[in-house]
Amino acid sequence: MSAATRTGQPVAVTGLGLVTPAGIGTQASWDGVLAGAPAAATDPVLEGLDVDFSCRVPGFDATELLGRKAARRLDRFTQLAVVAAREAVADAGLDPSTWDGARVGVVLGCGMGGAATWEAQHRRLIERGPGRVSPMLIPMLVPNMVAGQLAMEFGAMGPNLVTATACASGATAIGVARDLLRSGACDIVLTGGTEAGLTPLSIAGFAQMQALSRRRDDPARASRPFDVDRDGFVAAEGAGVLVLERTDHAAGRGARVRANLAGYGASADAHHITAPDPDGRGAALAMRAALADAGVGPDEVTHVNAHGTSTPLNDVAEARTIRRVVGDHVAVTSTKGVTGHPLGAAGAIEAAFSVLTVEHGRIPPTANLDSQDPEIDLDVVAKAPRERAVDVVMSNSFGFGGQNAVLVVTAA
Amino acid sequence: MSAVYDRVKELLVDKFGVPEDEVTPEATFEELDLDSLDLVEFALAAEEELGVRISDEEAEDLETLQDTVKLLESKGATV
Repeated sequence: MSAATRTGQPVAVTGLGLVTPAGIGTQASWDGVLAGAPAAATDPVLEGLDVDFSCRVPGFDATELLGRKAARRLDRFTQLAVVAAREAVADAGLDPSTWDGARVGVVLGCGMGGAATWEAQHRRLIERGPGRVSPMLIPMLVPNMVAGQLAMEFGAMGPNLVTATACASGATAIGVARDLLRSGACDIVLTGGTEAGLTPLSIAGFAQMQALSRRRDDPARASRPFDVDRDGFVAAEGAGVLVLERTDHAAGRGARVRANLAGYGASADAHHITAPDPDGRGAALAMRAALADAGVGPDEVTHVNAHGTSTPLNDVAEARTIRRVVGDHVAVTSTKGVTGHPLGAAGAIEAAFSVLTVEHGRIPPTANLDSQDPEIDLDVVAKAPRERAVDVVMSNSFGFGGQNAVLVVTAA
Repeated sequence: MSAVYDRVKELLVDKFGVPEDEVTPEATFEELDLDSLDLVEFALAAEEELGVRISDEEAEDLETLQDTVKLLESKGATV
């Protein structure tokens, strides 16, 4: 790598935890995306809506996984993150009872917070009056509670916050976490993203924006990034948590480094509230910044884990920008064909998939890619995983509001 | 104890996730790991289940389940 252009040191990824529509746990989620098995299905919670399907985490029983108290007092977005974080901390071989908690930060991304709690309590307010609203409404609702809960769970007393950049939130969080390590403020940061916004109100809102696929007669084929017949994204829920460490800290305790987080680039489109800039100027800025940060040239990028939402606008604009900034030699995939779009968790889940990709040398396929859009002139991996050594992955995330966050993951 | 006690116990176990063997007349809310927010929720639930209202001031003073049941019964709670 051209270290001369590198603007900072990489940090180590030492632990992963995933709770996704492809399964609970990193292995189940990874197996699911490698198999290219779409998770989208008709969703009873959305019955009666124009868009009545989604990608839920299958079999997530909060009482069984976390106990009755946490099931009652935490909104689902926090529950998903606690389960993912426990897996990540265990995977990193860390023992929170012995670490110096003041040096451990938590930075999670979340787009919406406790949407289901909000809707249920709003109904109580309307139907039964203000005196019946739960005192748990606010602590369950606020998006920052997930970071506070992880602090309590693990005795992590360092910097603690939640980032909100819509569908880029998880990637933004990882970038901010990286900065906390580079600055020396922390030795370890638990970072990632979480989202559980599959409620009638939020889905109705996304549907009214014309952002969602309407393929209600065949939900499994609805999320089809880069396919010519794509018609919108499929909303999903999930959480992804990574343990990031300063490389010297990881080395000092003999930790297994799964991959390096080498680069982060962020930018704003300054263009429109929801539509991507068709020229991709903001996205290009973030991609270039991430590559420069990592000290990696475009020709060194092997694979792009694309934002690839399956909306007509995103996929074309993103593909053009990848081609312009990185080139046409990269193997591109969007794991959203399997997972749908887990909004604020997407960037974190996909960063974890990027880590797994460099570790295993397997690029997951883009599910449902039957006929690639001729306007997308890129090598998109379809049908089956592609086996090849992968040294450098770029993972893209773009949020409504025009926020862009790009991560570069390199082999350990 | 009483039918009201049994109902309170059921509420604590089912709704608040308190382990059944920890629920005794002498147990305090603190011992049962229930905080001030839980107490407000408990008061709301008691009002719905038993038809009597516990004021915020009264809720603040509650310590043991025994005291709570007495208060509820003094207000005419029936099951």
